[in-house]
Amino acid sequence: MADYHWPPADHRALIGKRIKRIDGPQKSSGQAKYSYDINRPGMLWGKMATCPYAHAKITKIDTSAAEAMPGVKGVVTIVPEGQEVFWAGQEIVAVAADTEERAEAGADAVKIEYQQLPYLVADTDPQQAGAQYTKQLENKVAGNPDQAFQQADVVSEGDYGVPVITHCCHETHGQVTEWDGDDLHVWPSTQAVSDMAGEYVEGLGQMGIKIAANNVHVDTQYMGGGFGSKFAADTWGIACAQLSKKTGRPVKMMLERDQELMVAGCRPSMHAHVKVAAKRDGTLVAWDSDTWGTQGPQAEGSPTLPYVLEVPNVRAKYTAVLTNIGPARAWRAPNHPQMALISNGAMEDLAAKLNMDPVDFYLKNIDLAGSHAKIYRDEFAKASELMDWKSKWHPRGQGSSGVLKRGVGLSIHTWGGRGNMSNCQVVIHPDGSVETNIGSQDLGTGTRTVINIVTAETLGLPLSGVKVNLGDNKYPPAGASGGSTTVSGVSTSTRMAATSALNELLAKVAPSFGTTPDKLEAWDGKIQVIGDSSKSIPWKQACAKLGTASVTGTGRTNNALMSSGVGGVQMSEVEVDTETGIVRMIKHVAVQDCGLVIDVKTAESQVFGACIMGVCYAIYEEKIMDQPTGRCLNANMEFYKLASIADIGEIVVHMMQGPGYDERGTIGLGEPPVISPGAAISNAVANAIGVRVPELPLTPDRVLTALGKVGKEGGMV
Amino acid sequence: MDAFEYASPSTVKEAIALLGSDWEDASVFGGGTDLISLLKDDVEETKRLVNIKRIGALHAIQNDHGSLRIGAAVTIEQLMSASDVRRDFPSIPDAAEGIRSPQLHNMSTVGGWICQRPRCWYYRNGFGLLALDASGKSLVEQGDNRYHAIFGNSGPAKFISPSSLGPVLLALDGRIHIEGPNGPRDIAAREFFVTPQKQGDRELALAPNEIVTGVSIPAASRGMRNGWYEVRPKEGLDWPLTSAAVALKMNGATVESARIAMGHVAPTPWPADDAAKWLEGKTINEDTAAKAGDAAVQGATPLSRNAYKVQLARVAVKRALLAAVGQLATAASA
Amino acid sequence: MSSHDDKPRPNGEEKPNRSHAKDAQDKNLPDLSRRRFIKGAGIAGMAASAGALLADRVVEALPRPQTGAAGAAGVLGPGEVPVTLRINGKTQTLNLEPRVMLLDALRNHLDLTGAKKVCDRATCGACTVHIDGRAVYSCTTLAIDAQGREITTIEGIGSAEHLSPMSQAFWNNDAQQCGFCTPGFVMACTAYLNHEPHPTREGLEKSLGGNICRCGTYMGIKDAVLEAANATKSKGAVA
Repeated sequence: MADYHWPPADHRALIGKRIKRIDGPQKSSGQAKYSYDINRPGMLWGKMATCPYAHAKITKIDTSAAEAMPGVKGVVTIVPEGQEVFWAGQEIVAVAADTEERAEAGADAVKIEYQQLPYLVADTDPQQAGAQYTKQLENKVAGNPDQAFQQADVVSEGDYGVPVITHCCHETHGQVTEWDGDDLHVWPSTQAVSDMAGEYVEGLGQMGIKIAANNVHVDTQYMGGGFGSKFAADTWGIACAQLSKKTGRPVKMMLERDQELMVAGCRPSMHAHVKVAAKRDGTLVAWDSDTWGTQGPQAEGSPTLPYVLEVPNVRAKYTAVLTNIGPARAWRAPNHPQMALISNGAMEDLAAKLNMDPVDFYLKNIDLAGSHAKIYRDEFAKASELMDWKSKWHPRGQGSSGVLKRGVGLSIHTWGGRGNMSNCQVVIHPDGSVETNIGSQDLGTGTRTVINIVTAETLGLPLSGVKVNLGDNKYPPAGASGGSTTVSGVSTSTRMAATSALNELLAKVAPSFGTTPDKLEAWDGKIQVIGDSSKSIPWKQACAKLGTASVTGTGRTNNALMSSGVGGVQMSEVEVDTETGIVRMIKHVAVQDCGLVIDVKTAESQVFGACIMGVCYAIYEEKIMDQPTGRCLNANMEFYKLASIADIGEIVVHMMQGPGYDERGTIGLGEPPVISPGAAISNAVANAIGVRVPELPLTPDRVLTALGKVGKEGGMV
Repeated sequence: MDAFEYASPSTVKEAIALLGSDWEDASVFGGGTDLISLLKDDVEETKRLVNIKRIGALHAIQNDHGSLRIGAAVTIEQLMSASDVRRDFPSIPDAAEGIRSPQLHNMSTVGGWICQRPRCWYYRNGFGLLALDASGKSLVEQGDNRYHAIFGNSGPAKFISPSSLGPVLLALDGRIHIEGPNGPRDIAAREFFVTPQKQGDRELALAPNEIVTGVSIPAASRGMRNGWYEVRPKEGLDWPLTSAAVALKMNGATVESARIAMGHVAPTPWPADDAAKWLEGKTINEDTAAKAGDAAVQGATPLSRNAYKVQLARVAVKRALLAAVGQLATAASA
Repeated sequence: MSSHDDKPRPNGEEKPNRSHAKDAQDKNLPDLSRRRFIKGAGIAGMAASAGALLADRVVEALPRPQTGAAGAAGVLGPGEVPVTLRINGKTQTLNLEPRVMLLDALRNHLDLTGAKKVCDRATCGACTVHIDGRAVYSCTTLAIDAQGREITTIEGIGSAEHLSPMSQAFWNNDAQQCGFCTPGFVMACTAYLNHEPHPTREGLEKSLGGNICRCGTYMGIKDAVLEAANATKSKGAVA
């Protein structure tokens, strides 16, 4: 029997190599059809009337004018009269019309009256917010922090914060829906193909439309970014299906850009006042943090501070502030970038106070990282080399004397990344063709490519010998793609399924070799006696022995092939114009482990992308909520600022691979590298200019204020 | 966005005849990137778009008795490619390069570059150009004014003029050429940009049935040293936080006369006459440029969150002056 | 919210407890006097004005100027009019309202969905097409205004089977993740290379600022442009 364990490094044809994504030509030629691109015969367009107030009660809805508008074919009320709405942009009524322009005009014609209610949208600390908007979720003590602070040699104290940001998916949330008798076809932009039928069964059920899960057909071949915000059918999905039902026609309803930024996901803010203490030699002894964050209308959970390093004596308080800014949604590595900024920022400030190179400071304390200490040590060494840290680091603020000042900073992070539930089916046909079927999805992370690689590797075939089918819930169910869980889920289930199918094939062909299946292997397009290529038959001939019946192997996520828990070290070099406060990226180094790397090329792309998203939230990005109006002021891509190609500097990515890493099996990669850039860049700015800029993003106003070139509250210095 | 009529006349006279007496009657349509966005956002409404890009006369860049005349339909890309403009008035292409989008260069016209509407986010979110609440108080003052005016903001208008060509034209003593039902007129750029005082006022001295046909720069501005500097957070497409344009008439190494205009600091491009006057008889160096920057921001009236822009305006003036005499690179890396 | 929280957080739509909220206070919000901001909102006490505005949906035609000259100017719309577009070398006539954008004409009327709607406000570049060889934002280009011009979309420069040199270079350098910005970026890069056949890293950064990628593929894009420049030096134009 073929062994399902990952092949050793010297017996891998594809795994761990640099392989171009298999759907690249479709994407770069514009032929890939995203949900937004699905045009069905007779299709209508859906648009929604939304609430302009941050908190209000709906007193009256009148859709008669909308229904009389030219081209309008159907209207569905999402939130009925008498109910409250809790954020500006919340969807109230959906309208379907025969063109996109007419649908928008139809939505504009819906008349809704509101009673305005009190609200809080500002990123406000608990004291200012008041008791009715706050909820203390944690107040923990470990060890004896009071005593430890008293006995410490050096105590550093500071403020650190990250504002609310949003996902700003390029493809807005939305879907196309179409009924065919009792069957509902949905083309959603989703991270959760296999979960979507259940979402529609439940959501439509609440609207009085009964449908069985086996009548919901979900198809997402390509989707334009989710980053944690696209797991649900959402109100617009259910409303779209209702409009389709009502009109008897397919309906496409995608959020407009301003809606996407207003309602389709917030990453909670996090702000902290931190005290952290060490002995003269740098040994960490105590941590005290008072943390708060705005989480939208719900509050749950609390951050784990300090981050990564388990300081022996800890006091940590966390208070959630409830706000009318739309619900929080998972944003790539939920909470970790915020925790990393607070913790790594405070640690770097402490190192500066100790006059220690932060690399030495971290290495001194790295055993507090527990079982990953060795990984961090390796990664610090590699990152320092790639950054040329020793020659670039200088004591805080003691770089060049000119207007432009350079500095370097670092950050460390961790993430779980265990594979999710995944079922896979591999079919070997008598003509030698192979298909892999799996109800997962490719968000652009390279899932298709990884499945292709694992199948082809297992069957000894070239990539082109396998067809990968995913993005459709007719295939075996697989978990949602979130939390860096997909690559392990699909790689291990595919490995199991392909091995199982291969074993069936080997059983059929073993007699013609005069041996038993366990003596055979699939390698280099052939079935051969293990290690003896002279005794082989080509793949196609072997498959021909199946006669007329294909063989099918099924597999599930397998813990023996994967693990969890990664480290990661990043270093940044920035240049700060101390007259304008403008921060420019010079260089960013990311050293990352993720166990066994299936495809180095797409893995590196994940890390590059994470670093660039990190540059965005470190220097540019902020969801700006306005208390006087209750509105998001920058619900567009002009003032919701994202880095351009000219704003990222040089980025160097190094994946930790080989002995010590490969044996861990696969581990997810999407989240970890996005965690550290904010802290590393903030620390680099502090190193450059000699003071901490407490809050991200590192915009000119914040940098100049930290430099003392602008007075507080608008007063000039 | 409402449905609208569309016309594409071939002469200025035809175009004017297609405009109306109210702003909502018709809109002059050039590159359209701003106008279409305003219409999509329902911030502005129109019943008719009058496309002026097919009017041949508006596409010329010409030397008119020593003055430079640029037609309103000339694209920014064409302007950047015009070698004589770059030679004589380099602050024009320099300001154009600050718009870091080739797509906008290809689409946007000179007319649109000066007539684009303010980017104030209260205005763009539907709260009106003056952004007043129901009791007449300024939302800008109560709310988030990080990108708003630090000069000329004592009245109800707190927005900033978005045009980077505006301050360049002020520094070069440019004029705006306009045509309406009563024929052509022209007006100093300095008078063209105005600060609204009450609801319904606009920020340009232009009537709804008039068309900007072009801009011109007088012969007297030839030979001046040009300088442009904008403080823009992103290297890619982004709005300047502040900007400054300067034009220096030199006598050897000494400034004989100067004009300085700041951009993105007030509801109009904002002249810094005192600073310009102070420079007369001086040589430009790090010290005098810095002092001129200090003088330029005298009397600034920042709002609750934008005092940092005072510093940025000061730096923009200093660096524009240094750029004009070719000393910027050394200063920035000093 | 533990530090090893692998689970995506559910999309919480549960309503917050507002039982302690203060009594409704006058927030002094002005009349949100444009439809987009009152989308369906007849503000209590202001419903009359809002209603009046909403009822005024039909575009009233302006009185047409009486002069012959203006008549010749040919006022079109606001209803559908024939619009003839030359796209990827092929001439097609559609019936479109003058307000229809080129992007929507391509995507909604011709099923040319390579160009994407992302910012929809001339900022992000996902809708980039070429008009007469120059990159433009089709999201803010009126279809009717593109008549008589040569329009090239991503579909016009190659296909998945026959990739254009730039698309090939994007693939080779993995200059794509979700891929939603990719066609617009390919078109912007193609136009750039056609005008600057000898790009430098610094030069291309300065010239591609009109496109935005959310996944963070810029490193691959830089390499792709340089590779495509080398690949096309021997073969002529990029597209």
